[in-house]
Formats: sequence, structure tokens, C-alpha cells
Amino acid sequence: MKIHVDTDRCTGHGVCESLAPEVFAVGDDGIVQLLTEELSGFQRGDLESAAAECPTQALRLED
Amino acid sequence: MVAEVEPHLVVVGASLAGLRAVESARRAGFSGVITLVGAEEHLPYDRPPLSKEFLTAAGPPPAPTLREETMLRDQLRVSLQLGTAATALDTAEHTVWIGNDPLTYSGLVLATGAAPRTLPDSEHLAGVHTLRSLDDARKIRAGLAAGARTVVVGAGFIGSEIASSARQLGSAVTVVEAMPTPLARPVGEQIGAVLTSLHERHGTTLRCGVSVEALEGSDRVEAAVLTDGTKIDADLVVVGVGVTPAVEWLAPSGLELGNGIECDKTLQTSAPGVYAAGDLASWPNALFDTRMRLEHWTAAAEQGAIAGRHAIDPASAVAYSTVPYFWSDWYGKRIQMVGIAAGAGEVAVVAGDLDGDSFLVLYRDGDRLLGALGLEQRSQIMKYRLLIGKGITWSDALDFARKRAAVRASSVRVNE
Repeated sequence: MKIHVDTDRCTGHGVCESLAPEVFAVGDDGIVQLLTEELSGFQRGDLESAAAECPTQALRLED
Repeated sequence: MVAEVEPHLVVVGASLAGLRAVESARRAGFSGVITLVGAEEHLPYDRPPLSKEFLTAAGPPPAPTLREETMLRDQLRVSLQLGTAATALDTAEHTVWIGNDPLTYSGLVLATGAAPRTLPDSEHLAGVHTLRSLDDARKIRAGLAAGARTVVVGAGFIGSEIASSARQLGSAVTVVEAMPTPLARPVGEQIGAVLTSLHERHGTTLRCGVSVEALEGSDRVEAAVLTDGTKIDADLVVVGVGVTPAVEWLAPSGLELGNGIECDKTLQTSAPGVYAAGDLASWPNALFDTRMRLEHWTAAAEQGAIAGRHAIDPASAVAYSTVPYFWSDWYGKRIQMVGIAAGAGEVAVVAGDLDGDSFLVLYRDGDRLLGALGLEQRSQIMKYRLLIGKGITWSDALDFARKRAAVRASSVRVNE
């Protein structure tokens, strides 16, 4: 599983950070950064929620 | 022999909450029929852009569609019934009427949202609008593009965003707010006043503590007359004085209604198997030990997903609780609020200063952190959403904020 962040769409709401703080963090530039590429330890449901609740639809999960 | 009836999830309301209900039902493996019912002709679209970039975009902007039709029909396998509102519900017969057509459901999600309040005696005047739908936004956009002298009624978040967009387009804007301080309920009086100062700093005229007495004009609006006798010439009047849950159609159904639809902790209405999501759903939010009805984008997304999952399998239903989150963008600056401000006994500034373009404040309730609001604090604010969800104490929250401030100060020095 991989997560793709569309940095053109992201405006740094950080909803993803509030759902999976080990994976996402909004940087000082106001854009979300991925903290890890290794996602196997995380609940798929949390990452799906992060994508579904992104206000700018900037996250995409890939298998 | 009893015929096997294929499960049928009906979702009434084709905006964000309804779409998320559909998506989560499919994600959860639901293989039955799904029907998505929408009163508007449009495919599900996103509302936040309507008061912002949709109004200010240079060319005619496309609809901010959330999912294309092929995706809805082919991938999510949704039957779309758009352009006709739901009119009645019979929970005993498991039937919802779309116009005059009955639909029988095995699971039902109600997500018909809310309708904007209007000014009395204004419907005959062209140039007077509320902003809720894509069609509303197109009309306001056309008015603004003509350089309209604009009066915004209501200095809440939507009114403030419209004022900001109108200023960006160079229009003269006056915002009229009945309360002495705008936004007192969502962010508290002190911060409401601070945020409101952004208007004056960006050339928007603000009149608080007065109401619109009358709108003048024969066919088109020409002026707004205020209760203090002031007359403001206007080509465009946008009314943003709140919304009412769209539940009238449910009154005869016997569903328990109050402030919206009264739900239990799993978002189930008073009828088994019938769930509600979005602006019209009132439910007990255990994290704050109080009943809430939220009109926020994030709440609609969360609740839609939960209601969809519960409606296809009520036996699996679990309590839903959340730390509310909303945002608003004014004059290129982002306001973000997590938690709540209502009932806060103390507000502490933990970053920036209230006169500046960036600050972070915390709201206290007894020994707990109740909420946090940031102006241009994108890298900080969501840390507090997490902490509020964990029930952090007030003193621990202040400690956390002090440590964050120290880390940020040292990283700024390194970068210099």
C-alpha cells in the first residue's frame, strides 16, 4: 500500500495528521509531508479515513 | 417460500455526507443495490469552494464535482436519482418517496442537509441571494463580476468569505451584522472581535449591532435600509444568516425531530435501520458529554461514512464521537478551529499575537482543553485536535504549547 499526496491540491488542513499523526504532518510551508513510506504497520481504515476526509481530496491510496 | 430480497441501501441527499455514505458502504463490502437521491440536478459537488475560489476564478469555473458520473455508476455501482427531492418517509413500510415514486429500502441514510435562512419580503427582488447551492454561487459570481456594490448580511463564516471574495474582485463591500460581536457563538466574543478586525484591515466596511430593516428596489435591489436609518446603495445583497436543518419533509414520518434529527450515539434515528448524517444530525458526542449538531464539512464526511456503514449492518454499529473541526479562509488567511469554544472559561494566546496575522489560542473548560483556534497555524492546529480527543488537561496543553513554541523558535534560528 502507498499513499500519494497531491501537493498542488493540499492546502494543509491537516485532517490526515489528526487521524494518523505517525504518517502525516503539516509542515511550516503549509503542505502535508509523509513521515514514513512504510505503511504496513498502520490500519488501512485510518488511512482510508484520511483520504476520505481530506477537504481538498489531495490523498490517494494505492495498493 | 419467501423470496430473497436483495438488500437496498437508499441514501437521501447527494452532497458530501451522502456520497461518503455510499463510498463507505461499498468499502465495507456491501454488494446490494445503492440508490443516491439528490434534490438538485447536479452530481455531488463540494460546497466550500463556492464562497471562495469559485467566486474569484478568472474564467467560468467548472462545477466542483466530487465524483464523476462514470465513477459513481461504474465503480461505486450507484443508481443516481437526481433532480427530485424526497417528499415522505414511512418507516413501518421501509419506504421513502422521491417525488411520487416509492423506493423500498433495507437500510436508509438521511443526509438532506440544511437550507439557508432568508430575509423576509425579499424574494421578488433580483440581486438578492443566499449561498448554499452551485446555482446560487453562479448567480452571485455573475453579480460580482459586474462590479456590484455588495452588501453582505451576516458576518458569520460564509458572509465573511463572500466579503473577502468580493474585495478580492475589487467590489465595495459592507457587511451588516445584527449581533454586537460577530462569531461569538463559534469562537467566543474576544476572538470573534479579533477575527472581525481582518475585515477592516482589508477594506471591508463592517456594521455591527444593526439589522436590515428593508431592501429597496422595484424589480432589482437598489439599497439596503438598516434599523438605524442608514441607507446603503447595493447592486448585490448576499444573505448569510445561518441555516435550518432540512427536515420538514420528515415531520409526518414520526421520526423524532428536535434540533434537526435526534439520533443516538451511533447516528441511528428513532427508527431502527435509519441513520442520519451531516448538517441535520443531532447526536450525543461523548467526547464533550453533550448533544451536538455540526454544520461542518468534516463532520459531514465523517458522519456520512459512519451512517453508510451502520445502515448496511446495524448490528455492527458503534458509538461515534469526534473533535469538531472547521475552517474558513478570509483575505488569503486560514482560520482553523478544533474542539469547541462554547462555555470556555478562559482563552490563552500560546503563539503569535492577536493583533498580528498569525496566532494560536486555546480554550479552557475547568481543567480540560476544550478547543483551539489558529490563524495561519496550519502546522500546529491539528496537534491540538489529537490532544483534545485524548482529553488532555489544561496545564498539560499549556506545557505542550510552550514546548512547541521553543522548538519552533530554535528551528527559526537555525534557518536564519
